[in-house]
Amino acid sequence: MPGFDFSNYNRNAALHARGVPLPKATSTGTTIVGCIYDGGVVIAADTRATSGPIVADKNCEKLHYIAPNIWCAGAGTAADTEFTTALISSQLELHALSTGRKPRVVTCMTMLKQHLFRYQGYIGAYLVVAGVDPTGTHLFTVHAHGSTDKLPYVTMGSGSLAAMSVFETQWKPSLTQEEAVKLCADAIEAGIWNDLGSGSNVDVAIITADKTTLKRNYIRPNERTQKLKSYAFEKGTTAVLNEKIIRKEDISKLVSVHELTDESGDKMEVDV
Amino acid sequence: MAMFSQNPLLNGPNYSFNDGPISNAPEGARQHRFDPYTDNGGSTLAIAGADFTVMAGDTRLTSGYSINSRHHPKLFKIGGTTSDQKDANIVLSVVGFAADGEALKERLDAICKMYRYRHGKPMSVKACAQRLSTILYQKRFFPYYAYAILGGLDEEGKGAVYSYDPVGSYEREQCRAGGAAASLIMPFLDNQVNFKNQYIPNSGEGHALQERERRPLTRDEVEMLVKDAFDGAVERHIEVGDGLQMMVITKDGIEEVLLPLKKD
Repeated sequence: MPGFDFSNYNRNAALHARGVPLPKATSTGTTIVGCIYDGGVVIAADTRATSGPIVADKNCEKLHYIAPNIWCAGAGTAADTEFTTALISSQLELHALSTGRKPRVVTCMTMLKQHLFRYQGYIGAYLVVAGVDPTGTHLFTVHAHGSTDKLPYVTMGSGSLAAMSVFETQWKPSLTQEEAVKLCADAIEAGIWNDLGSGSNVDVAIITADKTTLKRNYIRPNERTQKLKSYAFEKGTTAVLNEKIIRKEDISKLVSVHELTDESGDKMEVDV
Repeated sequence: MAMFSQNPLLNGPNYSFNDGPISNAPEGARQHRFDPYTDNGGSTLAIAGADFTVMAGDTRLTSGYSINSRHHPKLFKIGGTTSDQKDANIVLSVVGFAADGEALKERLDAICKMYRYRHGKPMSVKACAQRLSTILYQKRFFPYYAYAILGGLDEEGKGAVYSYDPVGSYEREQCRAGGAAASLIMPFLDNQVNFKNQYIPNSGEGHALQERERRPLTRDEVEMLVKDAFDGAVERHIEVGDGLQMMVITKDGIEEVLLPLKKD
């Protein structure tokens, strides 16, 4: 890894010393959980991203791909969870290619903790790592400072207490896949309702020895309420002071343009 | 997530998103702090009509990332003869620190009741508004941490809304949003109540465009705006939700409605 660019360090230190606050990062507020069952492991997450008290994204993805048989749920600074998992995913792919073996969950966890420990907690990634490899089914948590835990059920993020209360009352040593999914989804829901940093929908990933199933928006208990009035303006309501037309073909030379389809699910819900 | 990072507080300049600005306190100085205030979140809203006033507030009470209550009213009837406030004709809404809001309500209500006892008539909204300003300014150096809005009907029977800052600066207005989502709701109100930034199509070029003319809104229109404003605020502000408490003040008295809001 080439490393971070520190060229603005001195300038920012001077500004910081004079009391200039840092820009606010998008945080994934978050409830994330994981639970081992007989035959695999389930991880789940809510879908709210916040910036202070404002909801930045109502349906973000907190379940990250590491390898076909290893997935990761991320809490903390959104950019850090995104980049850290992508970095380790890349290194693990190269490692698998050079050894000719399937990547192991312990390897992934060790790489993550060593990377995070090196940065002394300044990379604010709090992760739940889960997967199935030739050595068995595994579930870990990795904290931003580099400490790790290996447990049969785990929770992290601001909604971790709400979610853990569900595990501590409902968990049992032997679970079926359906029971584990239900338990994880219920734990996430506890976070959605009772923790302000968490909200919107439940995402679930089920990992077994032969496949991984990602159930995006497994539960959607917070559908947008219909507005009572139409706020469509008559054409010409907004004052136009000057006009310049840039065609799609021209802007495409400078940036990439994507049309979003209804099926992609990336389109934002808006009132008509 | 910042609250969950277990960063040790480091001295000297460093940047993590978890760190606040560095204190200027001299080396070795011990700071004694007293933090009597909490921000309990939530939002309020008031719109004055031709012969009515609509007041509204959500019913969620928060501290940090926790919900302390899903049904804690922010709207209070003021100056009735009895404790049930059946014959009241003024409504006070408060957001900020819930305990101060409650204390402020109790003070204003007691004063209105004393006025009624001494003068044999209810206090006018105008008089009550001036008195509330005085109450707030009396605590200029240990303020009530409350953003108050007072609503009722004026001497001519027209809707009246008075809004305040925590130390008593006040103004009569057509509409006002207060609290956590005020910055989300107020621009919506400017556009939909006072028709700001709306022009008549094809009425001119550039700056010469004719502004859309203001007209008084009906009670139904106002109630719809209030509900839509809160539904919008709930979508984008984490401290707003659970329930919507709405009071409509007309010459016949005060009607109260409770509606559900999203609970996540």
